Amino acid sequence: MNFDKELDARGLNCPLPILRAKKALAEMTSGQVLRIIATDPGSVKDFQAFAKQTGNELLSSAENNKEFEFYIKRK
Amino acid sequence: MGATPEIAVIDDLIRQRLDELLPAKIEAKLKEIQESKTPSMAIIATKGTLDWAYPPFILASTAAALGWDVTIFFTFYGLNLVKKDVSDLKVSPLGNPGMPMKMPFGPDWFKGINWNIPNIVQAGIPGFETVATSLMQQTIKNNGVASIAELRELSREAGVKFVVCQMTVELFGFSHDDFVDDMDYVGAASFLPVAQTSDVCLFI
Repeated sequence: MNFDKELDARGLNCPLPILRAKKALAEMTSGQVLRIIATDPGSVKDFQAFAKQTGNELLSSAENNKEFEFYIKRK
Repeated sequence: MGATPEIAVIDDLIRQRLDELLPAKIEAKLKEIQESKTPSMAIIATKGTLDWAYPPFILASTAAALGWDVTIFFTFYGLNLVKKDVSDLKVSPLGNPGMPMKMPFGPDWFKGINWNIPNIVQAGIPGFETVATSLMQQTIKNNGVASIAELRELSREAGVKFVVCQMTVELFGFSHDDFVDDMDYVGAASFLPVAQTSDVCLFI
């Protein structure tokens, strides 16, 4: 999937992946896509909730090798 | 008085129709109000140890990231959380049976041991708290958990409002110079209306 910006949140724990993602999205423009890689297993549910609350669209959420990959489209 | 029965009939019809239409209408309106409203949270932070410094700042920074309006009211030992330097926050395992006492280094089998040190021993060893605190700080680092200074900074950047209980500032002999800038010093009467209108209100 194409993306405009990438956030490496590996090794970071709650709530840092969310806070860093929020910051990254704030620097992007509407319609741009942010790719996030995280290792915090709690981030799967957290990014769902984050997307729902903020209106930014969670395009995909996947796990491979204990790493979690999210694509979020900025509102 | 020929009109009276007719009015009664009309009233009945109106009532019936309203009963049919209103529930859906009210529900839709309530949903609309709820969705257009910015959620808000008010936290009362009363604890001044390294462990208890986390809940207010984690919740405040996350809520702000979700777009909520957040206010934290710092009072009593919570004043320690707004000091300029928060690197000296301590944690005590003494009289705290909920706290696991594990080592943040060494092989896995060693890290897995929960050291059951009796209170009387803990109390008798000078510097026990300092050692426990540095072990906790190491554990925090190992787990990729943010420092309190970082979470506080992120909270402020995200627009979390800090208000401080002036009475406890005086009670504990602090001065405003001891604390970070840009905070309001208020009393209970100023905080309560904020708490009243907030969706989430927490005492920590």
